[in-house]
Amino acid sequence: MIPLSWYLLLSAALFSLGVIGFLIKRNLITVFMSIELMLNGVNLSFVTFAHQWHLVKGQIFVFFVMVVAAAEAAVGLAIIIAIFRTRATLAVDRIDLMKL
Amino acid sequence: MHLVLFIVFAGLCLAGAINLLLQSHPINSALSLVVVMSSLAVLYLLLGAEFLAAAQVIVYAGAIMVLFTFVVMLLNAGREERTLGSRSAKAIGFPAVVAVLSVIATVILKAQGFTPVALSDNITSTADLSKVLFHELLLPFEVTSVLILIAILGAVALARPAHDERRGRTEAGK
Amino acid sequence: MSGHLYLWLIPALPFAGFLLNGIFGAKLPKSLVTTIALLAPLGSFALVVNAAATIFLYVSRCKLCGPPDYGWSILPLNELHGAWITSGRLQIDFSFVLDQLSLVMLLIITGVGFLIHIYSVGYMSEERGYWRYFAYLNLFLFFMTVLVLAGNALLMFVGWEGVGLASYLLIGFWFQKTPAADAGKKAFVVNRIGDFGFLIGIFLLLSTFGNLTFAEIGARLAADPAMQGGVVTAIALCLLVGATGKSAQLPLYVWLPDAMEGPTPVSALIHAATMVTAGVYMIARTHAIYDRSPFALSVVAIVGAATALFAATIALVQTDIKRVLAYSTVSQLGYMFLGCGVAAYSVGVFHLMTHAFFKALLFLAAGSVIHGLGGEQDLRRMGGLRKNMPITFWTMTIAVVAIAGIPPFAGFFSKDAILYAAYQEGAGGKILWFVGWLTAGLTAFYMFRLWYLAFLGESRADLHAEDEGALVHARSDTKLTLEAEHHHTPHESPWSMLGPLVILAVLSVIGGWVGAGRFGAFLAPSVGARTAEAASNTLEITLTALAVLIAVIGWFVAHRLYRNYAGEEPLARASFPYKLLTHKYWVDELYGTLIVKPILAVSRFVLEMLVDFAILGGIAWLLAGMASFGGALLQRWQSGNLRSYAAWLAAGAAALLLFALVPWTTVLADVGIHLNSAGH
Repeated sequence: MIPLSWYLLLSAALFSLGVIGFLIKRNLITVFMSIELMLNGVNLSFVTFAHQWHLVKGQIFVFFVMVVAAAEAAVGLAIIIAIFRTRATLAVDRIDLMKL
Repeated sequence: MHLVLFIVFAGLCLAGAINLLLQSHPINSALSLVVVMSSLAVLYLLLGAEFLAAAQVIVYAGAIMVLFTFVVMLLNAGREERTLGSRSAKAIGFPAVVAVLSVIATVILKAQGFTPVALSDNITSTADLSKVLFHELLLPFEVTSVLILIAILGAVALARPAHDERRGRTEAGK
Repeated sequence: MSGHLYLWLIPALPFAGFLLNGIFGAKLPKSLVTTIALLAPLGSFALVVNAAATIFLYVSRCKLCGPPDYGWSILPLNELHGAWITSGRLQIDFSFVLDQLSLVMLLIITGVGFLIHIYSVGYMSEERGYWRYFAYLNLFLFFMTVLVLAGNALLMFVGWEGVGLASYLLIGFWFQKTPAADAGKKAFVVNRIGDFGFLIGIFLLLSTFGNLTFAEIGARLAADPAMQGGVVTAIALCLLVGATGKSAQLPLYVWLPDAMEGPTPVSALIHAATMVTAGVYMIARTHAIYDRSPFALSVVAIVGAATALFAATIALVQTDIKRVLAYSTVSQLGYMFLGCGVAAYSVGVFHLMTHAFFKALLFLAAGSVIHGLGGEQDLRRMGGLRKNMPITFWTMTIAVVAIAGIPPFAGFFSKDAILYAAYQEGAGGKILWFVGWLTAGLTAFYMFRLWYLAFLGESRADLHAEDEGALVHARSDTKLTLEAEHHHTPHESPWSMLGPLVILAVLSVIGGWVGAGRFGAFLAPSVGARTAEAASNTLEITLTALAVLIAVIGWFVAHRLYRNYAGEEPLARASFPYKLLTHKYWVDELYGTLIVKPILAVSRFVLEMLVDFAILGGIAWLLAGMASFGGALLQRWQSGNLRSYAAWLAAGAAALLLFALVPWTTVLADVGIHLNSAGH
């Protein structure tokens, strides 16, 4: 018997760790991975609530999240490759030409 | 039994997540993330989501993380350097996130009406899932396929070499 | 009956002319501009004549069937065109009033104005700004007619200000010439000082009577015989300040001589016949107030007499033909003020009428002379024009004799009436009479001096004047380019210019024949009759003879001194008085040091340095600084840095999360802030 709140706390922890990584990390790919971590944390909370309220739609939402995450990962990594090609660096601080 | 499983794999999740933050080489972070994904799959199983657990392993751990690893290898990303920006980000980011986390935690802990989770409590079979997916949510399902198509096109377009490089390659190939 | 007189058209036609010529004039052919410009005053004149004829017919019909003066009681005619200001108990309307006084003024304004328009067609025919000139001239007519027709003081003030504006525009017509532009500014500023007095007078009127309509004020004064002195004196004096400015009396006369920079027809119309008479008209119109304040009346009379003498002395030594006439105008206006100051308003207006005729004639003839000489204005370089310009010569002679006050020409009747009225005013009156009498002699002298220098003798066009500055300044009329050693054969002017001269000459002869007595009786319903002392015939004849005598003496002295003028000014022998007069008593310099320079210094220091530079500049600098500082701050947001964008994203998301999750109402309630009355 595990209290539901433990799952939710774990989900919150994963999400927060993802945010921290997003802010702290210096390598572009690692930042991207932190984003994936955040998504996973959210997925966990969806599944938890789907279990709580016996809603299948919660799990289907997770399914869609996964699809979108996959697409996003593909496109994002392609962008990272393009950036690397032009800037020859993956340091986040060096990517500062994003002004209008 | 349930409790043991939960503690082990939740611990693995957290350990992998923290390791992702602590490692300096991106490949180590990627592998830690794989650990997190897999542990999450087990947790999904504990919550009765069979199909999702499988999808998690196949899609996330098996495809997305492979892609990440591949790109890390391709770009030969090295160790990170310390910069001023990262220090200030650490200084501001940590407390902020801790604050947000505490707020969320407070909300979660104060909430009432949650029934505890038991093993094999409420297992959603794949058949149940697909019934809802293909009946009510057919349109979003099809749209996601379009989404993936767009993603493929976008990825190919973005990752292509520049025009001159391509011309150079074809001529070199002649 | 007033509905058929269409009084509102009298100002409206010139205004339409102004609009048409002002907006389209530059592109229209000259003939069309001329047509529009002439039709307007002609239309107004026709309307005025029609009004006069209608009234006279009506009066004569009434004489057959009722008491003799019954017909005249239909005047004043009121034409109301709606309310202008309605505020509490204050009601000011667009009301036009036609009574004997305004009828006389309108006849003068539109009649003489029309003649001068015709004259201008010939005089200004070579000008590039031809359309602009006529637009301004029509604008002037519009404002002047509004001034005269106005039934309340505020509408009159509109016309008052407007003629000042038109005067500025016309004096500075050749605005590319600095003296002309400066003269326009000077006229406007000095007028403004007078107008300030007028405004104070209007405010006092408002606070005392609560009403600005002349008829109302007159009625209220009539109903309250005890209202004398005090605030009424104050009102009268304030209005007098305004009149002084507009009619170029001491001390606000300084703009009129400088106004001669404008074209000569402008000097004739505005600075001789009409605008400068607005002050006299105003005093006559508000006579009810002046009648209640003997002190104000004596101030008026003293100002008038002093100005008359003062200006006449300056006119003695002027070498520019237009300056002589300008100072002469100031002097004659002094006579009109003198007439009003002894409560003989009708006599003052009588002189206004005759003066309009012969002064306009003088100016127009002078313009003909200048035109014929190709721009020469210096008397010392004229001479012998009698042979070259006969018609101009004869008309000018008539005008000179008229202004000198020699019977039976117009000026004699009016000037004599003023002097007689002044003499009757007690002890002070005798002094006033003496001053006026002396001035009459001086007037005759300097006018004949002008006549001899300009027309008689031999031509002195090749004579070099000692004072080069005066020469350059004198030649500033028609052509902008100075005609250096231009040997111009003097020729007579075209008939478009001579026609009005002839008409005005006729009027200068017969204009006074109506007689001061009959004129006074005619105007009495509108300006009040003067309670004259028992008229003694012998006194009257003696005074008349004395007036004619001094005029003849003036002519005789001028004859002796200037008959054989050969370049040397005889008056220069009296060196100090001559210097005093040629420098115009240094009044302009005095004003400059006392008033102009301190004002300039203060504005430079206070307004330019302090307010403009320090305060306003400081504010602008502050605002700019704030903008750039804010910009520098906000610049951080668009750093282009990926990580900072990520950080802001996270911060925003966290804020949203906090806002959504935290139960703000209960939290705030715990702190003590209750957001809605439902509370907890």
